[in-house]
Amino acid sequence: MLFRPPAIRRSRRPATRGLPGLLLLLGCLALFLAAGAARAQEAGDLRPLVDALGQGGFDFDKTETAIGSLAETGDPRVVPALEALSEGDLYVRKADHAVFIGKRGGAGYQLTDPLTGEAAGEAARGAVDKIRVNNNLRRAIRTALGGLTLRSRDPAQRRAAVQSVFDAADPEALEPLEAALAAEKDPGIAELMREARARILLNTPSADAGDRLDAVETLRARGDRDALAALSGLVAAPDGKVDPALRAAAAKAAGAIKENLALWEAAQNVWYGLSLGSVLLLAAIGLAITFGVMGVINMAHGEMVMLGAYTTFVVQQAIRGWAPELFAWSLWIALPLAFLVSAAVGAAIERCVIRFLYGRPLETLLATWGLSLMLQQAVRTLFGPTNKEVGAPDWMSGATHVGGLLITYNRLYIVIFALLVFAALLVLLKRSAFGLQMRAVTQNRRMAASMGIRTPWTDMLTFALGSGIAGIAGVALSQIDNVSPNLGQGYIIDSFMVVVFGGVGNLWGTLVGAFTLGIVNKFLEPYAGAVLGKVLVLVFIILFIQKRPRGLFALKGRAVDQ
Amino acid sequence: MKMGRRSVLRMAASAAIMAAAAPLTGLPAFAADETIKVGILHSLSGTMAISETTLKDAMLMLIDEQNKKGGLLGKKLEAVVVDPASNWPLFAEKARELISVDKVAAVFGCWTSVSRKSVLPVFEELNNILFYPVQYEGEESQRNVFYTGAAPNQQAIPAVDYLMSVESVERWVLAGTDYVYPRTTNKILEAYLKDKGVAAADIMINYTPFGQSDWQSIVAEIKRFGSAGKKTAVVSTINGDANVPFYKELANQGIKAEDIPVVAFSVGEEELAGIDTAPLVGHLAAWNYFMSVDTPENAEFIKKWHAFIKNDKRVTNDPMEAHYIGFNMWVKAVEKAGTTDPDAVIDAIIGVAVPNLTGGYATMMPNHHITKPVLIGEIQDDGQFEVVYETPGLVPGDAWSDYLPDSKDLISDWRKPMSCGNFNVKTGKCGGKGT
Repeated sequence: MLFRPPAIRRSRRPATRGLPGLLLLLGCLALFLAAGAARAQEAGDLRPLVDALGQGGFDFDKTETAIGSLAETGDPRVVPALEALSEGDLYVRKADHAVFIGKRGGAGYQLTDPLTGEAAGEAARGAVDKIRVNNNLRRAIRTALGGLTLRSRDPAQRRAAVQSVFDAADPEALEPLEAALAAEKDPGIAELMREARARILLNTPSADAGDRLDAVETLRARGDRDALAALSGLVAAPDGKVDPALRAAAAKAAGAIKENLALWEAAQNVWYGLSLGSVLLLAAIGLAITFGVMGVINMAHGEMVMLGAYTTFVVQQAIRGWAPELFAWSLWIALPLAFLVSAAVGAAIERCVIRFLYGRPLETLLATWGLSLMLQQAVRTLFGPTNKEVGAPDWMSGATHVGGLLITYNRLYIVIFALLVFAALLVLLKRSAFGLQMRAVTQNRRMAASMGIRTPWTDMLTFALGSGIAGIAGVALSQIDNVSPNLGQGYIIDSFMVVVFGGVGNLWGTLVGAFTLGIVNKFLEPYAGAVLGKVLVLVFIILFIQKRPRGLFALKGRAVDQ
Repeated sequence: MKMGRRSVLRMAASAAIMAAAAPLTGLPAFAADETIKVGILHSLSGTMAISETTLKDAMLMLIDEQNKKGGLLGKKLEAVVVDPASNWPLFAEKARELISVDKVAAVFGCWTSVSRKSVLPVFEELNNILFYPVQYEGEESQRNVFYTGAAPNQQAIPAVDYLMSVESVERWVLAGTDYVYPRTTNKILEAYLKDKGVAAADIMINYTPFGQSDWQSIVAEIKRFGSAGKKTAVVSTINGDANVPFYKELANQGIKAEDIPVVAFSVGEEELAGIDTAPLVGHLAAWNYFMSVDTPENAEFIKKWHAFIKNDKRVTNDPMEAHYIGFNMWVKAVEKAGTTDPDAVIDAIIGVAVPNLTGGYATMMPNHHITKPVLIGEIQDDGQFEVVYETPGLVPGDAWSDYLPDSKDLISDWRKPMSCGNFNVKTGKCGGKGT
């Protein structure tokens, strides 16, 4: 009965502009109020329907039937109950089998009446049973909510509703959808509704053939994977079920969409490559300093990254405990701290171990490898062997569509962040006194010493800088990888690969090397698979190094020959 | 006697080491002939420490409990803990050390299949007993090994059946880490799916290296594969550590469980502890035990675990239950045999039944596998699983898959007179293909 008033409205659709439109709106409001009043008398009727949700238990089909009959009422008041069920917050009271929305509070649950929204007291943990849901039920609820919230006041809710109507493609939803479409003011949502209507029409063999051909066009204009799925379903349908003309049109449209999507896919692969490249860059850039500039083979580099990630974890724990309102800023707070922690450990390693081993690469390699094991085990003893949860601030979760590209925020920020770190490091090396000293010591140690530069001091600071940057990388990597004692191990090989490929001693080489390897990897992955892709990249680097032993951008000058 | 400064130091040092070692073994020292030694062979360092350390603690707790009950055969149990450091050859060395030097009566240990394969010859040669607590790929039955984890027919096959019947899945992505367990499991699953009439075009198989952390293009590929107009699901044999970035990427690319559910065989409560599970609600896992199972036995076990580990946030998981079952079976078999002699225990343990934590009984079968219920759980936002399906009865573990041409004629029965782990029913001879 809810959907009858819109039918009246549809008949007056040409009038929805200007003053007549306003009148219509008022009329609708009156109708809604009247309907509401009428429904208020039926509140008692809804209660058994809601309580039926609690009867199913393990029999999900029974619960699904109950959801269906709730949806059939078309009454928006059942929405909270269905939403709560979908989120697993709906409980049935054992004493009287009444269904309530429950929130965990204190020793038991705070109950709310799902229809009226009034508090219904508390219940002990054993006094209520959670109503079980599975994916099928969630899908059924989503479809039901789609039908119920198509006319919601909240545009976001309407958008979600249209999408679920689109996904369900249920011919029964056509009438309410058309009604909602007639009333829709937001052009964006109206377009989505037209597309959903087209999707449903394609799923309704009895619909008018002309309408269905138009529907194919509408979906072709939408041009995304959902549209492609709908069209390919039509193309693949058994013979005799689909009109040949319609099938041909659908096949053509599907072909066009596929072609278009292939282009976007290539662009998407470039983006994935850039994003993988930025991760490689972050991991390798610290090594570009310790290995590239100082020539120290630092196998404990990955552990500096790991220390940075654990610093982020500690910072977030502290924030959760002391100042939860700062959580959105946790990564910014962690950045300088991670830099300091890793830089301090780096400085200590340089002072205590590496400075005695300059010029002896094999011993350095073994010593730093031993150090990496010690650092790993120390962290394991201190924090335990299990993964630590590092939360993502809200602004880092989710994704956005740019044309046909799907760009996830965390990756986007990591790309930007990697480039910023790179730029900052470049400025530091080229424009500061410390950078000058560092380069002087690298190029000619004795000459630099004669000029009054404290070369041991510069060595320590350079190593600390490289380690500190690895720590910063750890903050970023904590957002996309496991925070576990093994975090660093996964990056050490890749980092060396990037630095050697890019050219030892050249920051720009590291940048180009990281992005090249990232993009090559991502283009190989779909064809060769992840495992073979990695192998191919390694083979490619080996061949490349044969040809150009000093990498992409070889550093020219006397220093290299030493 | 005059004591030099050095020898005083040495004594102090050895005292300190002994003091440090005492809590490690979980027991005060007893005279050697009064105790029965139990070996614990789990990695406490290296990549696998993340999963195996918990099992070491679980074993220490079980041994502690047994001692409180008065030990075994009137003797105290003593745990001997070694650390094979996630290094497969070291597993074999440490196993040899446990058996020949420490003279343990039985060993509880290993996680990865490759570590188990590495210790097999040692247990055979020195004739000792290994209890292996992890779900594995099957295709093995060895006289000295008892498999208390799930065989493929106790985990993978029922999970696929569930998706097929309840979620009406028609298209399948088999995604796994590139090593023996996923490869064999996927081979079995592929044969099973084709047997059920799934077309080859509707199966996508993808392998990734250990520790894969960049899942963008693979998740995008799964999404593409799933948009062919047929209901799609992912069957994941992705190994522990790579799962966190995988699930994060799924959430970020907006793949919900309602659209493309992922059923995992290696993701348990412990692995979920590192992720915010709110975006993962509805993804599935198939195990034989979940921490959320509401039985008095389980509540008791969790209570003891929290008390033992002194942290009530720690979770329990399926391999822990497997050790619980395996340990209790061994205790019962030793009591039945009246000795810890491996040969006697190996004969006595077949048919031994002990309660599991999900309200049923686990029985040791003649093929050295046990009976288990199969549970399918959905991930909840608190990092726990909620059971949505349970097999009506107990499923006995099948060592040799019925769906692989190489192994479908093989059976295993370690009772006399057959005493064979790979008996070929076609040729009537022991020793078909396989081991």
